[in-house]
Amino acid sequence: MKLHEYQAREILARFGVPVPNATYAETPEAARAAAESFGGKAVVKAQVHAGGRGLAGGVKLVSSADEAADVAKSLIGTNLVTHQTGPTGAPVNGVLVAELTDIKTELYISILVDAELRTPFIMASQAGGMDIEKVAEETPEKLIRLATDPVHGLWPYQARDIAIALGIPPKSVRSASALIMNLFKLFTETDATLVEINPLVVTGDDQVIALDSKIDIEDDALFRHPDLEKLADPAQDGELERRAKDAGLAYVKLDDGSVGCMVNGAGLAMATMDITLRAGTNPANFLDVGGGAQEDKIAEAFKIIVDDPDVKAVLVNIFGGILRCDIAARGVVQGATESGSLLPIVAVMRGTNAEEGLKILADSNINVTFADNLSGAAPTVARVLAGGN
Amino acid sequence: MSVLVDGNTRLLVQGLGREGGYHASACRAYGTNMVAGVHPNRPGMKFEDAVPIFETVKDAVAETQANVGLIFVPASGAADAIIEQVNAGLPLVICISEGVPVQDMVKVRAYIEGSGSRLIGPNCPGVITPGTRTKIGIMPGAIHLPGKVGVVSRSGTLTYEAVDQLSTRGIGQSSVVGIGGDPINGTTFVDVLELFAADDETEAVVLLGEIGGTREQEAAEFIADKLNKPVVSTIVGQSAPPGRRMGHAGAIVTGPSALASNKIAALREAGAHIAETPADIGEVMAAVLAG
Repeated sequence: MKLHEYQAREILARFGVPVPNATYAETPEAARAAAESFGGKAVVKAQVHAGGRGLAGGVKLVSSADEAADVAKSLIGTNLVTHQTGPTGAPVNGVLVAELTDIKTELYISILVDAELRTPFIMASQAGGMDIEKVAEETPEKLIRLATDPVHGLWPYQARDIAIALGIPPKSVRSASALIMNLFKLFTETDATLVEINPLVVTGDDQVIALDSKIDIEDDALFRHPDLEKLADPAQDGELERRAKDAGLAYVKLDDGSVGCMVNGAGLAMATMDITLRAGTNPANFLDVGGGAQEDKIAEAFKIIVDDPDVKAVLVNIFGGILRCDIAARGVVQGATESGSLLPIVAVMRGTNAEEGLKILADSNINVTFADNLSGAAPTVARVLAGGN
Repeated sequence: MSVLVDGNTRLLVQGLGREGGYHASACRAYGTNMVAGVHPNRPGMKFEDAVPIFETVKDAVAETQANVGLIFVPASGAADAIIEQVNAGLPLVICISEGVPVQDMVKVRAYIEGSGSRLIGPNCPGVITPGTRTKIGIMPGAIHLPGKVGVVSRSGTLTYEAVDQLSTRGIGQSSVVGIGGDPINGTTFVDVLELFAADDETEAVVLLGEIGGTREQEAAEFIADKLNKPVVSTIVGQSAPPGRRMGHAGAIVTGPSALASNKIAALREAGAHIAETPADIGEVMAAVLAG
């Protein structure tokens, strides 16, 4: 689950990480008042779940409270399109109005779980403000890396080593070490998958503060963080993604695809997506209905797929196990009937109750063509896309 | 012979709720020797009027000499259940539960290192040895056939797909091992390849990989250096865009090495036979076995 910058800033502050003075504003008036409290000079930042806001015009310096209100007015209620959003962008429901910081040095630090090393991993660099991927590629020698102990976590001396390697002025090393220890505590205690401070800055008077931040919380761990779960902003996702989340489906909309895929199991779903390449086209989505799905959930999955205007045909591939094929078939018929969709459906069903499932589909009046297996699905999909049966 | 589970397997099932109960029943129906159940509210009762249920894993192991533990408890309690089974001395722990927090797995993985127990999963279909009719997991037993091909996979239903392609061509399996789709799990491709390498009855191996991480590259190294048996492999997720998670927590392209194309190149370089699409696994294996 992604957090907005203003939410991340509050969590950082709660964990004792210094952040700039700032106020979240949902109206131009509130933005004006916030800028006024900082003496008029401020930075106004659109709050969306995407990077690249600066280049997209979502971050503006203002020199008066009136200007802050104008900028807020121009941003709030619009969709901001950045290189990380889709072409429709993400809705801006508020802005963060922050006091200007006297920046001496810009640094970088992040924490994530490294799957290969199986432990939380810290990356830091003196090249703040840059993409860490770019630093890793162009000047790998400038990257500071530390694999923490999986059981104990981060030791204070390690935090100090990082602060020193970052070139923090000697008199600020102690506070910078404390900041890094607190960041690590935040990472583990919130079940974050990513905590990224970019830039971490040293100010003119040698304070070390987290100027901009990104925190992602693991969805699978939200059951033990009801307070964080409330910070979710589903409006940032697309309409179809939101419906999928509500229905408990794993769904990812893909660009440039024409075949909607409905599959049980993530691996088989990827395999099915790959098969559409062999049919000479592309998948329009990833969709895993999961193991214990009932008919209503399958029906909603089908409706989500056909409500995507890019979809020209639907490939249903169910390998019955926990999910029985007859239940999947009833769900598909229900979804096709309720949506009124006339799109051609190619169905492959094997495993538990496959015969019953295929019969339910064949006896219905939906537009379905059958394939015996995965390899048979490719030419069948190509044929129905070309308008044949 | 086979790997991990066989006729000597004495199964303990922890978590006998709706799903756990259903699958425990299916394991027994397939032929698995289930000797114990663990459920905190049902000690003294019997599962299907036959298998004693205990309050704790420790009691169950002491009374029944169970040697394989299967976990169906909800993800929030899965890490605890794994540690309980490891501390009770079970040499093999198979965790089916999906959605275990990754920071729980950081601690579990470190804890079991050097414990003498092996963990398979979490978020996996389990392990099956058709030759001895031993099914420890949620896979549909009927699609399997006894034989000489070992299968190892990060995915559940994709494994069934591959097994189905093998069985319909009359190609049986020695053991089928689902290691799970999470970024941190108990057993890796290389661990299972080591077992297949040492197993006399396994003559060839199917390795089903996917995007994300670098475990397939490690497997490729092992295949090149240490495995004297033919390998057929496919990597799914060629059509997945970078940075988007494809269902499995581990299936996300985060850099060049996480790409399907990079993994395929490494496996091909190592001498594995690549099934160009997941639909070709059976055909390619049939050709390899025909020499």
